[in-house]
Amino acid sequence: MLVRCGHDRLEQLFAPIPAALRLARALEVPAAQSEQEVFEHLAALAARNEHAQAGPWFLGAGSYAHYLPSAVDALVSRAEFTTSYTPYQPEISQGTLQAIFEWQTMICALTGLEVANASMYDGASATAEAVLMAMRVTRRRKVALAAGLHPHYRQVLETYLAGLGAETVTLPLSSDGRSTLSPEALDRETACCVVQQPSFFGSVEELRAGAAAAHAHGALLVVSVAEALSLALLEAPGALGADIVCGEAQSFGVPISFGGPHVGFLAARLAHVRQLPGRLAGQTLDADGRRGFVLTLSTREQHIRRERATSNICTNQGLCLLMATIYLALLGRRGLRELAELNLAKAEYAKARVRTSAGLRLPFTAPTFNEFVIGLAEPAAGALARARSAGVVAGLDLAPYAPALGPAILFCATELASRESIDRAIALLAGDAA
Amino acid sequence: MSSNASSGFGYEEPLLFERSRPGRRGAEVPAPDVPPADVARLLGPLARTDLPGLPEVSEVDVVRHFTRMSTWNAAVDLGLYPLGSCTMKYNPKLNERVARLPGFAAAHPFSPAERVQGLLALFYGLEQLLAEISGMDRVTLQPAAGAQGELAGIMMIRAYYEARGEKRTRVLVPDSAHGTNPASAALNAYEVVSVASGADGILHPAAVAAAMDARVAALMITNPNTLGLFERHIKEICEIVHARGGLVYGDGANLNALLGVARPGDMGIDVMHMNLHKTFSTPHGGGGPGAGPVAVKELLAPHLPVPVVVRRSDGGFVWESELPGTIGRLHGQHGNVGMLVRAYTYILSLGREGLLRCSEMAVLNANYLLARLAGEFHVPYPGTVMHECVLSDRNFAPYGVTTMDVAKRLIDHGYHPPTIYFPLIVPGALMIEPTESESLEGLDRFAEALLAIAAEAQSDPETVRSAPHRTRLRRLDETLAARKPVLRWQSDDASR
Repeated sequence: MLVRCGHDRLEQLFAPIPAALRLARALEVPAAQSEQEVFEHLAALAARNEHAQAGPWFLGAGSYAHYLPSAVDALVSRAEFTTSYTPYQPEISQGTLQAIFEWQTMICALTGLEVANASMYDGASATAEAVLMAMRVTRRRKVALAAGLHPHYRQVLETYLAGLGAETVTLPLSSDGRSTLSPEALDRETACCVVQQPSFFGSVEELRAGAAAAHAHGALLVVSVAEALSLALLEAPGALGADIVCGEAQSFGVPISFGGPHVGFLAARLAHVRQLPGRLAGQTLDADGRRGFVLTLSTREQHIRRERATSNICTNQGLCLLMATIYLALLGRRGLRELAELNLAKAEYAKARVRTSAGLRLPFTAPTFNEFVIGLAEPAAGALARARSAGVVAGLDLAPYAPALGPAILFCATELASRESIDRAIALLAGDAA
Repeated sequence: MSSNASSGFGYEEPLLFERSRPGRRGAEVPAPDVPPADVARLLGPLARTDLPGLPEVSEVDVVRHFTRMSTWNAAVDLGLYPLGSCTMKYNPKLNERVARLPGFAAAHPFSPAERVQGLLALFYGLEQLLAEISGMDRVTLQPAAGAQGELAGIMMIRAYYEARGEKRTRVLVPDSAHGTNPASAALNAYEVVSVASGADGILHPAAVAAAMDARVAALMITNPNTLGLFERHIKEICEIVHARGGLVYGDGANLNALLGVARPGDMGIDVMHMNLHKTFSTPHGGGGPGAGPVAVKELLAPHLPVPVVVRRSDGGFVWESELPGTIGRLHGQHGNVGMLVRAYTYILSLGREGLLRCSEMAVLNANYLLARLAGEFHVPYPGTVMHECVLSDRNFAPYGVTTMDVAKRLIDHGYHPPTIYFPLIVPGALMIEPTESESLEGLDRFAEALLAIAAEAQSDPETVRSAPHRTRLRRLDETLAARKPVLRWQSDDASR
């Protein structure tokens, strides 16, 4: 091979690199190891992490523990999906393209909007991209954020906006746990109002009020959804006036995986499609008139438009959107609804237990889905530690995120929570378990 | 005709929605062990009544649907996938198994650090490895892909100047750069100034010096560049940028050429991203997820995204979020962690010798292909390349055969085409990156397929122009898709 290249030593191939820039030593990286050795090392690291399959788990806050049907991992493990790339050559990427088209269709159905892209990195970046899109559509720079926006989504949004001269205002939390969505906080400079549904505190927001407030000033309503399963139960945000619906679809069959890879989604009205970030699959015909799918409207994207693109995103979360598409196909029209109702039932049961537990309270009255706030009579860290030492992960300490609430935790009950485990978790939090 | 595939079962498969039949379902939900929820009472008008847009299909339907669709995809596990600058190397199966261990796959980002020490140790270890491989000082693993890494890097540069009270408004980007470079700069409100490559395909110090002034925050440079050429003036170029107070951003998309050979940090690069889905073998997944860690020199460390993992003196690990100069948080949690686990596994498997061998073989393979194809194919920038080579369709112009035609005809031979029409500075570019994963015999077969097409372009150009001929679908009409966008299935279509 070397001779064919006109050389006799491998080193000559690296002649274009000036000698002074060549690394004169070996990398300080451990020597190669066998598969068995590497596996044992990684298994030992994995064993040092608590996880949602080890026992009762009531921690959500944007990354949700749901049952993963066996067919999801079996299908996404097919190497034709796993080891392909962005479908630049549609004739030999129809599997990926048709799946993206199906994903776009189902995200449109769930959100009540007309166009959805082929995924964003995660719910947080999808929310940031939605806001940037709203700023392009309205040519305005002010952004109103509901109090119930996930604190990490807010931080990511602030990171994305920092260099763009945008201004953010926060709409306050009302006493029932919902965000105040009144038009007074907005004005003619406001590009969009961002409302998380359900909120970080689990509250189901009044999106109609949010839409009215935004539209009264010519602003857009951006709805961000961190628990996508809620879309199976709650009215589609698009039907309530949302202009952009974005969020996190991890709940649809994607492992928690310490927070990523998850899969962001972003849906909008067709009128705004030219401002949409990310890839889009579209239907077309082949030379013989047969239906097929291609990436389309690419003139929005960085590889064509460069510095004038709607986003810099290139690689997205392809395999995770495939997981979600398979999951949604398996659960389907009736299964997804039933699952959402079961989540609601589990959370309502847990709420009922809280109501009858001395020392625990429900600070908010707003309706919720599968997650809600529990007020405690003692610092949350102590109560959560007590539960953990009994093998129960009983929620998120809200002290760093909402200190004004006093001692409180965010508690999430999905279909994985048995009645007995809910009883046990609430008893542990109340401090009256043995 | 040489062939890498024969016609086999070619399955048809409708859309999920067209398979849907009322009452079917593919997953059962457990019977409730708690009282059923009274949706009307609890949610009233906030609830929806139905999900008519979702399909009703059985588990067998779903399994056959996606299995059939999978057979329509080219993939690395099926054969050579020589997309230039995408580094479609083999993805070891161990990585997949490890990432699925419950201690990784079911770990939660809000668990307290002391309860997930294995993950924090992995983060810390991977940061150390990537810093050593790139020759940089500190690493953030948070960016979810290369483009988000670029965004993070440019944000850190902006934060650096803001902290110094300097106002700089421009970013220099060579004309051979990936589109993400100018787009990432623009997302930071920088004005993008294009710098022309020289006649030899690389960037010259004089061109950079001419564009470099006190308005320029940074130069973004890919090395090896998108022509597969090593930017051999890189050190001098970095010195010019630094001398006028600027910083240099390294696009690490092509790092697969340099492992253990040379380090961007030693060349003067101040900040760079690495694509774990390229160089470090995490699967491309039909378009992601990737991961785009960013490595920086000490001067940018105060601006790293938060949280950062810190090793305590007792050997334990904690998250640190209080970093006064930080650009903030970039990802909802800690990045595409499953990809970090795979890349860490890959680096430990290869070890220092394996990493070096990987780059040596990647460079050898690219040069071998170039040597076999030069002549029949026009080579716009002759010479020794690194991990990829760029050809063009110039020789076929007399026959009316374009790069698109060559690419589509290659599909008939059973190969995924190279990256086409990029870099933009080469008209009709074919950018070929074989990676280290291919054997000599595999490269020879691929070269023979391309040479057969080159001959066919003269002898029977129409066959090349109308390719592909052997795929389930013929050439797809991208213009129609853009002119009349159909971006979701609607039931009206079903009746047609």
